[in-house]
This record gives sequence, C-alpha cells and structure tokens, in this order.
Amino acid sequence: MQLIEFTEEGLYVPQADVYIDPWKPVNKAFITHGHSDHSRYGNKSYICTHSALPVIKHRLGSHINARGADYGEEISVNGVKFSFHPAGHIIGSAQIKVEYKGEIWVASGDYKTTPDGVSEDFESVKCHSFITESTFGLPVFKWKAQSEIMSEINEWWKSNKEQGKVSVLAAYSLGKAQRIINNVDHSIGKIFTHGAVENVNEVIRRQGVHLHETNRVIQGQKQSLYEGSLVIAPPSAVDSAWSKKFKDFSSGIASGWMAMRGTRRRRSADRGFILSDHADWDQLVNAIKATEAEKIYVTHGYTDIFSKYLSSIGYYSAVVDTEYTGDELNTEPIVEEANRATSA
Amino acid sequence: MRGFAQLFKQLDQTTKTTAKISALVEYFSTAEDKDKVWAIALFSHRRPKRTVTTTLLREWSAELGDLPLWLFEESYHIVGDLAETIALITPQATKVSEKSLSEWIDIIMRLKDEDEAVKKSTIIEAWSSLNQDERFLFNKLITGGFRVGISQKSIIKALSKYSGIEESKITHRLMGTWDPTTITFEELVLASNPTEDLSKPYPFYLAYALDIDIDQLGDPEAWSAERKWDGIRGQLILRGGAYYLWSRGEELVSEKFPELAFLKDKIDKDIVIDGEILPYRDGLPLNFNTLQTRIGRKNVTKKHLLDAPVIIMAYDLLEYDGEDIREKPLRIRRSLLKETVQNIDSDRLLLSEEVKFDSWDELSIERDRSREFLSEGIMLKHKSSPYKSGRKKGDWWKWKVDPLTIDAVMIYAQRGHGRRANLYSDFTFAVADGDRLVPFTKAYSGLKDTEFKEITQWVKKNTRERFGPVSSVNPELVFEIAFEGIAKSTRHKSGVALRFPRIKRWRKDKPKEEINTLEDLNNILANFG
Ligand SMILES: [Zn+2]
Ligand SMILES: [Zn+2]
Repeated sequence: MQLIEFTEEGLYVPQADVYIDPWKPVNKAFITHGHSDHSRYGNKSYICTHSALPVIKHRLGSHINARGADYGEEISVNGVKFSFHPAGHIIGSAQIKVEYKGEIWVASGDYKTTPDGVSEDFESVKCHSFITESTFGLPVFKWKAQSEIMSEINEWWKSNKEQGKVSVLAAYSLGKAQRIINNVDHSIGKIFTHGAVENVNEVIRRQGVHLHETNRVIQGQKQSLYEGSLVIAPPSAVDSAWSKKFKDFSSGIASGWMAMRGTRRRRSADRGFILSDHADWDQLVNAIKATEAEKIYVTHGYTDIFSKYLSSIGYYSAVVDTEYTGDELNTEPIVEEANRATSA
Repeated sequence: MRGFAQLFKQLDQTTKTTAKISALVEYFSTAEDKDKVWAIALFSHRRPKRTVTTTLLREWSAELGDLPLWLFEESYHIVGDLAETIALITPQATKVSEKSLSEWIDIIMRLKDEDEAVKKSTIIEAWSSLNQDERFLFNKLITGGFRVGISQKSIIKALSKYSGIEESKITHRLMGTWDPTTITFEELVLASNPTEDLSKPYPFYLAYALDIDIDQLGDPEAWSAERKWDGIRGQLILRGGAYYLWSRGEELVSEKFPELAFLKDKIDKDIVIDGEILPYRDGLPLNFNTLQTRIGRKNVTKKHLLDAPVIIMAYDLLEYDGEDIREKPLRIRRSLLKETVQNIDSDRLLLSEEVKFDSWDELSIERDRSREFLSEGIMLKHKSSPYKSGRKKGDWWKWKVDPLTIDAVMIYAQRGHGRRANLYSDFTFAVADGDRLVPFTKAYSGLKDTEFKEITQWVKKNTRERFGPVSSVNPELVFEIAFEGIAKSTRHKSGVALRFPRIKRWRKDKPKEEINTLEDLNNILANFG
C-alpha cells in the first residue's frame, strides 16, 4: 500500500481514509487552496489553512463542514500525521505534508517559490515522495522579477491615462488580482474591480489582510468616473460584453501564458503581461531538488515532458492523471458566482 | 537593433491598423536608411540568405540553455516558432549591444564562408549580448518568417504617409525583385524613375466572397460571369520579348513553368494578363492536386511537364502595348483581351469564357454545375469596373459553390502550438468501414474557442494512448467536415485527399454509429473527384 494512492476520486491516503484535493465528493478532504479545481463541492468535511478557509466558504457556501488549521500544526488521523506548509501560490495556499511511520510525502497543490507580497512565502519541505504541479513545466517559461512586470503594468496604465483611456486588466480573481492591486503604483490613479474580484477582496479584507483601496464597477455609473483608472476583472469578463461599458479602453492580460507570443496573439488583448502564480521552469526544478525526494509525481501541465526530464536527470518520476486544470486563462467559474452574489 | 525591436513590439502589441501604421511612420522617420530598407524587406518576406542551419541553431541553444536536445524539440513543438523557442530558452544577456539592424544582418551574411566554430562563437556572442526581444528578432533574421500581422498594404500606407508619395506608386515600386543588400532607400522608395524593371507586376485585384443576396446585385445585364478556376492565380507579363510569370503571393514563378516561355515570341506588343495557372489536358482542367505535386519542387522534371501540363486561363488584360489600361472599364479590357488571345493563338493561353445568363436564377443553376468543370464557383464582375488593387468589395465577387460535407468521428487529438499551445486543436477524423475506422483527414479550424476548451477537457479524460503531443481518443465525438474538393491519393490510408478540409460544426446531436462510411467517401470521389 502506497502512502498516497492515485484514485478515481483524487489523491488518497488509505491509512487515514483522507483525500487531498479530490475531484469527486468524499468524506474527508484536505484542501491545498481555494481555486475551484482544487476545492470542489460536495465533500462531507473540509480541512484547509485558516487563511484559505474564508475564501473556500465564500465559494462553496458557509454551510459546508470545514475547519481551519495553522501552518505547521500537526493533525493526526489514524496514526498519519498531516500538516500544511506555505505554497506561495495565493493567500492561504499550502503544500500538504503526510507522514506515516517515518515515510514522508508532500502534495504541493499549486505553488511558486518567489514572494509576491500577498501570499505566505513558500517553504521547502523535505520528503521522500513529492507530488508536484507542472503547469509551466517547460524550459521556455522563465519569469521576470515581479517588480519588472509591475513597472510594465504601471507604464501601460500611465500611458493609457495620458490618452484618457481606461486600463482594463484581466487577472484571475483569486490570487493574481490581489497581487496586482497591492503592487502597482497607486499614485497613478484609482483602481476599480469587477464584482467577482471585489467579492474576493471583501472576504480577504475581512480576514485582516491589507489590500489597497478598490472600487466596485457598478452598472450605470458615469463613464467619466473610470477615466484614467485601472480596472481589474477576470479574463472571461474582459472578453465579454461586460467590458463594453468602458468607452475608450486598452485591454491587458496578466498570465504566465503570455510568455508565448502565440497565446498572446490568440487573445485579442492589447497587451500581455507575463505574471503567474505558478512556478516557472527554474523554480520547479529547484523546488524539487530542495525537497531531496527520490520519487517525483507530476500533475497538471506539461506532465509527460516534465516527468521525462526528471527521469533524465536521475529521479524516479511518473505522471499522475488528475482533473486539476492548472489553466490560468481558460477556467474561472467564479464569474457566475459573483453574478449570483450580486443578484442575491 | 533596439529601434527595430521597439517597432516590432509595438506592431505585435496592437491589433489596430492605425496604431501599426503610426508605429511604422515613426520608425521610418527615425531609423537609418539601411535599416529602413531591411525593415521593408523583412516585413515583405525577404530575408538574408541563410548562413547557419536551423539544426545547428537548435543544438547550440539547447547546449547554452543546458537542456537535452529532445526537450528543446518538445518545447519548439509547443511554442511553434523556432526563433521564439531559442529566444526563450537561451539565458539572459550578460551585455548590451548598440549594433543596428543592418549591422547584425551584415554579421549574419558574413558567416557564409566561415567554418562551424566561427559561426558558433558569433551566434553565441550575439545571443549573450541581445535581450530576449532582440534575440527573437536576431533569430528571425536567420530563420525567416516575420509574421507580425502587418500587411503589405499597411507598409505602403506608412511609407506614403512618411514620404508624401502616392500609395499606388509605392505599391508598384515595392513589387518585383529587388535586393535589400544593394538597393538604397532612395532607389527603392523615393526615386521617381526607378530602374526600368520589365518584370514588375501590378497588384492583384482580389474579390470578396459574395455576402449579400445575389438579387441585390441588381440588373444581371450589368454583370459578367466566369467560372472560378481552381489553380494558382497568376500574372503573365510579356514585355520587351521577355516572359515573366508571377503568382498571387508576389512570387516570380516563371522558371517553374518553362512550358509557357514560348509565349514571349508570339506577340510583339508589351502585355500583362491576369489569369489562372491551371493544370489542363485535352480540353479539361485537371485536379488541383496534380499541380500541387509540381509547385512544391525546386526543379521541374520532364515527368512534371507530362503529368501536370499547365495553361494560362486568361481573366483580364492590365497592360496593352505598354499602356496601363487598368482604369478602363472591364468590357473594353475584355474585348482587347479576347483579341490578344486570338492573335497569340496557342493552346497554352485560353480565354476564360463568359458564362451566359439572363437572370440570376439561370446563373444559380450554372453555379450548381461548378464541380463538373472542376471549378470552385462563379466569378462575378461588373462590366464597367476598373481593375483595382488588393481586396475590394463592390465590383467583383466570388460566388462559391457550397462545400462538400461528411460526418466523421474524431480519433486523434494533437496539442496545438503557437496560438493554441494550451489546447488540443488539431484533430484526425475517421469514417466507418464495417467495424473498422479509417482515418481520412486532419482538420483544425472551424471551431469556437469555447468549443476547443470543451474538447480539450474531454480529450484529457478520454485519452487511450499518448504518442508525444498526439493522443488517441475514444472514438465518440462526431463532427461535420466541410471541404472544397476531393482527389485520389496513394499517400492516404483512405485513398483520398481532401482540399481545404475544415470543421463545419460539432454534431453533438449525432451518435458515432451514424457517421458516414468509406463507401460514402468513395461515392463523393466518383462524383466530384
Ligand atoms: Zn491554484
Ligand atoms: Zn492547480
């Protein structure tokens, strides 16, 4: 019996009858973070970090049976010790360490190893087996420093403002939006947000995290209100009729996929900013080395290629088929939830 | 290089033509003349002669990035562009370079006679002194293919704005053969009397597909109709006793069609004819496929001349006796054309006959017969129309015959590259042959982005086996495939090759048991092949 098995429902710890980020409903789920492909509806109980809990309840409903844990706090289930360790991906995101009779596994969830000023900083955990994501597991993905990307965004915003334009920036509502809100140059102008982003902001502010001031975009407000401002919205909204309410605007997208000219051109946005909440190639390889693990299991992304590379440099490595999408652009069901929240 | 990289970025970052044109004007006003010539050359698909093979570029960049070659190849497959892959994979620059675009081009061209070690050190030196954007462009200078969504028209507009010279004059000056290594900006763009160039073609007039009701064209009397022949659009130039043939892609293809060269001796007037290069034998056009096997080859063999003999099917006359007659109405050009073709009197130069009709209904019946003539439909031209430049609406229309269609099941899905790097977007389809599924075509266009996403999710859950980027999937999803033509093929398992296959729609309503069969496909071949 493997300590963590890969089943139809998700990553499974048989000794404890616990699942990690399951995609089918189970009794007991440990959740790495609040993105919808990792925390899904229908589980009987949820455990996640204290700082991930509010967003998960916001998304799945306050009625769910969920409790929070501190980073590093040990939770024992039938002799198996579980603990959460910062993954640096979004607020509250964690790697889950599983230990039984001296054997240690770590399921990374999604992670990045560079600080972003909003999420808890990534912490490397030594283990025997490491389950890693590989969303950007190709050597063509190499991120620039966050400060460099923020100055690109600032310049774009400034030049739009000078032309009397609104800057509409597409960014994932949970994670990247807050990262941008806190790290852009606030002296340029006001920041507005799409409802889906602002709902998340409210939840995050309520848990005591400081976010710079933002204003919700409300139907029917005067055009002049937005002039020269930065508007942050989920990618699906920027593509839709929603953005038509800004008369003269320039559109941008913040995503790791923007590193490829092809994906940049496919989106009809004016600008692409290479900003990701996932590890780039070097971060993935270095994070794996730092775990000192011998066995590496690879989930979402360019799994086959990344795993083959790990084998070539001496690891035992295998691909694990999961239903994590790991896609920063193509899935964001939060939009519908936001509509529901505003109409309720 | 910095100025050119800046220009490229501006062009790449916007989809708005006006913004692109003003970026170009800005560049033309600040760049050195030599760089300007090269910028025009690069954007119109000219590049310095390749002095380093792409194989070597791949090896060196993998080495510099400390990666196994197979990983480089996988990355290249996903990125879809060699120059970009190298720029992404090579380490960040350690120094800054002040060299201009043309200086870098000189460096590349000088590598021609150097040995491999010198080539390698020069290229690696370049990579480590250029930033990522510049590195990408440097690589493009070697590999070619500056796809930046900038049309020839925009370049011409920008040059006209910058120089104050009429667009049509610049269009003409930029056409034909010119060598960016020797020509100056003055000679290429500004000189009012450019060196006499007998080969210079006129810009092609291209028609849009008819997007209104045919009745709305008004009086049928005012219109002339011809078959839309399925070959390669070409311009035949017979001037000063010389023969030139241009394809629509602004490529000089005279040497690929030597059997037409004798036409130069059949007339003593300078003329330019717009027509179709058409494979043709015994009074009938041949399937387009026969021509395709020929145009891909560098050298024309006797076998080609025998298997795929071509003619020019003449549509229009642009120059007569050295005079540009494009402004004259079609009916006048047409009668001059008729006379010219009669005088030349060769079975290699035929007049594209008018299709007679008295009403739109009659023409509609003729259109339905298009496939009998191996034609793609009907071309409609207003009798008083001038010969315009580029794609214009109003006077000329393509009235295409409806495509052929077949329902098929998806059996392979391949991850896309470039634009669709994160989606499954290239599919292989099969028809049924008893219990067997026979793959017969690939298709990748025709679906909405949302559908690609949905299929991508489905593929991930329904993969049977992976072969690199290709997944074999459970044969369940049914699609309607549309295509323009069909031909026998020995290279395909199914025995047929389709022309312009694309996905017409996803038949979510159709179970896989109801797809078309190999027999259906063979029937289509028998009827339309
Ligand atoms: Zn995530
Ligand atoms: Zn994920």
